[in-house]
Amino acid sequence: MSLHAQTAIIGVGQTPFTRGTEASTLELHLQAAREAIADAGLRPADIDGVMPNELAGTVAEDFILNLGLPELAFSSTIRTGGASFVSAIQSAALAIAGGVAKNVLLVAGRRGYSAQRVSLTSEGAIPPHPVMRHVDEFERPFGNTVASQWFAQAARRHMHEYGTTSEDFGRIAVAIRGHANLNPRALMHEKPLSLEQHQSSPLIADPLRLFDCSLETDGATAIVLSSTARARDGAKPGVSILGVGEGHGSPPTSITQKRDMTRIEGLEIAARRAYAMAGVGPGDIDTAQIYDGFTWVVLASLEALGFCGPGEGRDFVADDRIALGGALPLNTSGGLLSEGHCSGANLVSEAVRQLRREVEPERQVPDCECVLVSGEGDFHEGAALVLGRTP
Amino acid sequence: MSSEQPSRAPDGPLPRPAPPTTELSQGFWDAVGRGELAVQRCTTCGLLRHYPQPLCPECLGDEHDWQALCGRGEIYSYTVAHRAFHPAWREHVPYVIATIELEEGVRMVCDLLDADPDAIAIGQRVEARFAELPGQGRMPRFEVIE
Repeated sequence: MSLHAQTAIIGVGQTPFTRGTEASTLELHLQAAREAIADAGLRPADIDGVMPNELAGTVAEDFILNLGLPELAFSSTIRTGGASFVSAIQSAALAIAGGVAKNVLLVAGRRGYSAQRVSLTSEGAIPPHPVMRHVDEFERPFGNTVASQWFAQAARRHMHEYGTTSEDFGRIAVAIRGHANLNPRALMHEKPLSLEQHQSSPLIADPLRLFDCSLETDGATAIVLSSTARARDGAKPGVSILGVGEGHGSPPTSITQKRDMTRIEGLEIAARRAYAMAGVGPGDIDTAQIYDGFTWVVLASLEALGFCGPGEGRDFVADDRIALGGALPLNTSGGLLSEGHCSGANLVSEAVRQLRREVEPERQVPDCECVLVSGEGDFHEGAALVLGRTP
Repeated sequence: MSSEQPSRAPDGPLPRPAPPTTELSQGFWDAVGRGELAVQRCTTCGLLRHYPQPLCPECLGDEHDWQALCGRGEIYSYTVAHRAFHPAWREHVPYVIATIELEEGVRMVCDLLDADPDAIAIGQRVEARFAELPGQGRMPRFEVIE
């Protein structure tokens, strides 16, 4: 049994993205969830599967308690950090295709700005996870404590091996910011960014500068996944899961121990599986929504996803190819770098809106039929998703 | 090695986070206490591995001993932290954190507080040292030797 085109996203909900909120993470989740259920044309009681997100710390019981879900048949949480949301879509699709559940709610996002901030501390900012055990014992005691530092070493090694530069990272930040400037939902909607501004922004964890880092954000995003048959009866156009895959790579417990830290091996594996299931390749993708926790992750993801070869990311982003109007517009909402870091879920919602033709006309990718979404989490684990319009 | 965080003495240095050692890693920390670096060696196939884990990923052998390392290696990658990220490093900003590839092929992470952030480079030779650090006891250190 293949999961190809068996399931579809039929509803999307999202809170505003803010820096400052009175709402708890759970309240943000419930707001996004109610909106997604209504967008799908369903009642809460129709939801029989829930996949809470690892990074938020919410549990299925929270949703049963608040939404009233008497028929809940399936719940699970994927623990691959930023790749969790896309990986969860694979599990939800399995549950639906296997007849365990009919309508699965997936929710992600948190008080990333108003609660503990990952830029300042690693303690208490996200729920503890056994995957951190090695870093906790052998890296954190030496000051290697936060994500920007972990990815900085991978970026530095990539620069050493391939001649990649900080300006290459800057071109990614500038292109994605340009998309946020067209998106009223984006935190950086009214803040243009030039390459010069990127280059003069303060170093955080060299070689990563301020504008290489994603935005600590308050907010939540939810989707509802159902069968493709149900999507055809939906109030809005369905968005089919054409291909999906996850990958982990080895060792998965630290970037510093990777045989080749310049490659996001988990994403290479995930992409291979998702393309094979979808029956497409990189050349078929109209726009990619790439997990952009840091600019270097985008560059390495372009290589992992097969848009270019290892070390060729810098050439790939050198012209306007990744901006709207180019051959492969990336992160057309502004992504985690400039719309908001909603644990990667806002990359999925943007893909759905592109395929539904719901975005502002100046942001709409023409003839958008096939969208790729990627997730990267923890230490180079990956997930990839190929989406198309439900026929 | 104690996992308790000692409180800060008046005007003393801030304690660094103590490593949460386990039974599995005790051989590493015992060696550090003797002034040595040591990593797991699979007694079946001889593979050296770090960080500590129960099974050999090559042959699935479940027995290991601890092999002392020569303590020399080179910088495989590094970052310069321009923020403290933890209070114990506040007075050291900007400071180098490096991934060191030892001659035996395993890698370790260490902050190089005496290294010049503007002169640090991949491939530089380093050598192990040991020092008593606030909150941590005796810990491995590395020094650039060229």
